[in-house]
Amino acid sequence: MPGKSAPLGTPTKVTQGAKTKGGIGESTLRPDGTLKVTGEFAYSSDMWHEDMLWGQILRSTTAHAEIVSIDTAEALALPGVYAVMTYDDLPTDVKNYGLEIQDTPVLAHGRVRHHGEPVAIVAADHPETARRAAAKIRVEYRDLPVITDEASATAPDAILIHDNRTDHHIGHVDHPNIVHRQPIVRGDVEAARARADFIVTGEYTFGMQDQAFLGPESGLAVPAEDGGVDLYIATQWLHSDLRQIAPVLGLPEDKVRMTLSGVGGAFGGREDLSMQIHACLLALRTGKPVKIVYNRFESFFGHVHRHPAKLTYEHGATKDGKLTHLKARIVLDGGAYASASPAVVGNAASLGAGPYVVDDVDIDCIALYTNNPPCGAMRGFGAVQACFAYEAQMDKLADAVGMDRVEFRRLNAMEQGTLLPTGQAVDSPAPVAELLRRVKAMPLPPEQQWLTAGEAADVRQLPGGLSNTTHGEGVVRGIGYAVGIKNVGFSEGFDDYSTARVRMEVVGGEPVATVHTAMAEVGQGGVTVHAQIARTELGVAQVTIHPADTQVGSAGSTSASRQTYVTGGAVKNSCELVREKVLEVGRRKFGSYHPAWATAELLLEGGKVVTDAGEVLADLVDVLGDESVEVEAEWRHRPTEPFDLRTGQGFGHVQYSFAAHRAVVEVDTELGLVKVIELACAQDVGKALNPLSVVGQIQGGTTQGLGIAVMEEIIVDPKTAKVRNPSFTDYLIPTILDTPTIPVDVLELADAHAPYGLRGIGEAPTLSSTPAVLAAIRNATGLELTKTPVRPEHLTGTA
Amino acid sequence: MDFLRPASWEEALAAKAEHPTAVPIAGGTDVMVEINFDHRRPEYLLDLTRIGDLYEWETGGDSVRLGASVPYTRIMENLRGELPGLALASHTVASPQIRNRGGVGGNLGTASPAGDAHPALLAAGAEVEAESVRGTRLIPIDTFYTGVKRNALAPDELIRAVHIKKADGPQQYSKVGTRNAMVIAVCAFGLALHPQTRTVRTGIGSAAPTPVRAKAAEEFLNAALDEGGFWDNGKIITPSVAKQFADLCAAACNPIDDVRGTASYRRHAVGVMARRTLTWTWESYRGTAAHSEGVA
Repeated sequence: MPGKSAPLGTPTKVTQGAKTKGGIGESTLRPDGTLKVTGEFAYSSDMWHEDMLWGQILRSTTAHAEIVSIDTAEALALPGVYAVMTYDDLPTDVKNYGLEIQDTPVLAHGRVRHHGEPVAIVAADHPETARRAAAKIRVEYRDLPVITDEASATAPDAILIHDNRTDHHIGHVDHPNIVHRQPIVRGDVEAARARADFIVTGEYTFGMQDQAFLGPESGLAVPAEDGGVDLYIATQWLHSDLRQIAPVLGLPEDKVRMTLSGVGGAFGGREDLSMQIHACLLALRTGKPVKIVYNRFESFFGHVHRHPAKLTYEHGATKDGKLTHLKARIVLDGGAYASASPAVVGNAASLGAGPYVVDDVDIDCIALYTNNPPCGAMRGFGAVQACFAYEAQMDKLADAVGMDRVEFRRLNAMEQGTLLPTGQAVDSPAPVAELLRRVKAMPLPPEQQWLTAGEAADVRQLPGGLSNTTHGEGVVRGIGYAVGIKNVGFSEGFDDYSTARVRMEVVGGEPVATVHTAMAEVGQGGVTVHAQIARTELGVAQVTIHPADTQVGSAGSTSASRQTYVTGGAVKNSCELVREKVLEVGRRKFGSYHPAWATAELLLEGGKVVTDAGEVLADLVDVLGDESVEVEAEWRHRPTEPFDLRTGQGFGHVQYSFAAHRAVVEVDTELGLVKVIELACAQDVGKALNPLSVVGQIQGGTTQGLGIAVMEEIIVDPKTAKVRNPSFTDYLIPTILDTPTIPVDVLELADAHAPYGLRGIGEAPTLSSTPAVLAAIRNATGLELTKTPVRPEHLTGTA
Repeated sequence: MDFLRPASWEEALAAKAEHPTAVPIAGGTDVMVEINFDHRRPEYLLDLTRIGDLYEWETGGDSVRLGASVPYTRIMENLRGELPGLALASHTVASPQIRNRGGVGGNLGTASPAGDAHPALLAAGAEVEAESVRGTRLIPIDTFYTGVKRNALAPDELIRAVHIKKADGPQQYSKVGTRNAMVIAVCAFGLALHPQTRTVRTGIGSAAPTPVRAKAAEEFLNAALDEGGFWDNGKIITPSVAKQFADLCAAACNPIDDVRGTASYRRHAVGVMARRTLTWTWESYRGTAAHSEGVA
């Protein structure tokens, strides 16, 4: 540009712009990884405030009872106690909360409906004082009969868990102790059954799984001078919490300011409120900051679990192996309060046929109200229970037809264009047959890996591990396969949006993007992905991720495998809007210096404005100068619609996620002990935004599925509805010696509807892992095994 | 809760005499869990960690005098030759962190039927060195366990050491848990061959109100081995003898159903472990088997 005097800062030298590093598709490292592994990460339980009090919750010791009286006098008299609150102390008429149905009391009123229900809360100057004070509250209960299963829930004279229901499901359920019912009816099952050459039936039982996340429920509520409260909290969805908290406190939502604190993990277990309202109530009552931290024991009572289920399935096939029909009934135990039960019902029903082509379907799914622990969201959300049943059925049916189990599945596998039993067409790649082919083609682990070059058996490679129960005696290998389908995002017409605020400015001589969302980082890696998206879209190296809080619009829940899709989509969208504004600024400042400003497709790369041909037009530092460009925008995926209440027909889901597993197990058939040797997984992820995180999610989901296959179960006494194993001593989760090698084969078949073509990935591996392990154990033992988790008693006939 | 910190063994005994309800704490892997879960609120805790003597062991001619607080890790690393059964049992205790802190004195003090050391001590033969200001006595392991979480200690006594017979033949230990590591025993089994006395001893954990020996099974096997001249001829133990031994071990159980397993499974599993550990030890005794002892 000779001959003209350029404004200060005009680029004088034109260089090739290098592609921005650390963008999407790269395995950038998560910021919390090293901190968590070394114990340095600040969890929400680590927060501290000067002059703070400790809150403690008194919980019911019985599962179903009338509360005759509550005497708090002795607790209040204890030195160091600042407040004791019961139902009578709640400040407004809003005394219940709930995700969809507001049926959960903040504090019990007249009746407790499950073991461990909050009855009273205490604030004291020391956690031990708070505990002792809680123990001094005298609650007199008059026990009521407990409802623990479908028969007792739907008996004509059954006590109603909730009197006078007014929610929008009561009109279409057969009994008030049924939360929600969703039939899925398509085609003509009776006619199709007549065409079947083979019919197999099965009844399956799925146990209650706990999320067992790191960092039990905790938070700190700080009363503010304006009469509001600041709540620092580990949760999955800040704005959903806010919507439920504010009315109970009698505050407008802008006076309840929430900030996400260090979350260890969630897996659905933080979707419902836990101690949020209790901490705020005590803070507002005492005028002091109040911290509440559950220990692991309380955590088992402090969040909802995965629905236990009973599933009855009938499938038919022709002699050439084509599925004819499916008739299924799925009964989920929702426990005492609704939580996410209605949506779990919708998922279990609509995905109850699995990733298969079957035209004639009759599925009926209900969730019960009982006095068992409340159940709600957990990774896989209804699709997990169904997958356990339909995959067991596929093996039985393949055997009946006389086909190879994988080939039978491949023959019936859905593909793009297949109609689901809801009538919805699968309108993006559905590589079910290919995933099965890939997972089967992986090399098998060598036999008898416990044989060492030395003299002795390596017991770590054997069932029983370090417990030294076998040196190879009784050990039989088995192999099993499974595949599953999970929806991504919130379904059934929910307005499933997210919000991102993105700012671009020059800081310290460098262009910096700041991304501010309310997305809960619960370990899924969202903050890493947001930075990657900003780098890709805005061409900057430095991205600041603002802490998640309610000072920006809702991001929706970190669940349903949706955050990379939806909040990732919102960040991408806001970045694009920022980019347009930055280019406008650039055109205004420098447009006259180069014709490409007007004519070329312009990109931001490597801190510069470049043309699509790679020519650098300006440095972002010069374009922005002292200006900052900021956009906050909501972003939505395409809308869905509710399922018809009688037929289940409807465009209910946004996207699907598919994974297939091959499990190799070795079973000590005499002792009934299982060692999972390998769990190979193939999954289509659409586009791996962060390949390392993708593999981590798949391996984590796989391991959580293994847990429910062989050990994880909350055991509830059927006579008392009390939880028998609320501790990590007796609720076992896999250790590293229980976790096998997990080879992962990642497919990237883009979904044209989704940002970057990506697919939500977090849940699908949890579906197929469990039935694959069960299939492998059946293969090794020849037993039918209709219940998960499999316990040694089930394998040795000593139950 | 008062925290007593004696600097010497004599001070510890005096403190225990003065406060018989004091709960001794060393590794804390049992006591702290109970306190944290509010299952127990002792008036006094008696901290034994300043008494270095408890972390030492001495190997004598016939036995090892194992200090009450010697961590399981040290037993695994240093006493595998002398106490192979206890070393294998130590390997099954919880996690590395807990094995670095916990010792046999804690297992004995708690006297839970699920304590991992008990079956190995019963099988090897051991005496508990209990001491008070009144004096020292050796309590035979067979009479030490008196009930669920009860033992033969007097209120003023502390466990100073355990005298465990050095192995004079192969020993084995197996434990069933529903996870491949870090798990409380559903049931456990220890077996020791004593060629010097031509006897076999056993120990069963978690399958009766206390750790027990399967005495009828031992007597049957001792007689069978004697009759067949097995100790001399080193023949393979016949399957029918092994089965009968296993059945008698299962019959020695008096288990309960609980969240960790059914009574029926526990009986069954003890039988399987009895048969397998007998096979492993006997093959080792015969000197033919290379694969007698598990490694990790």
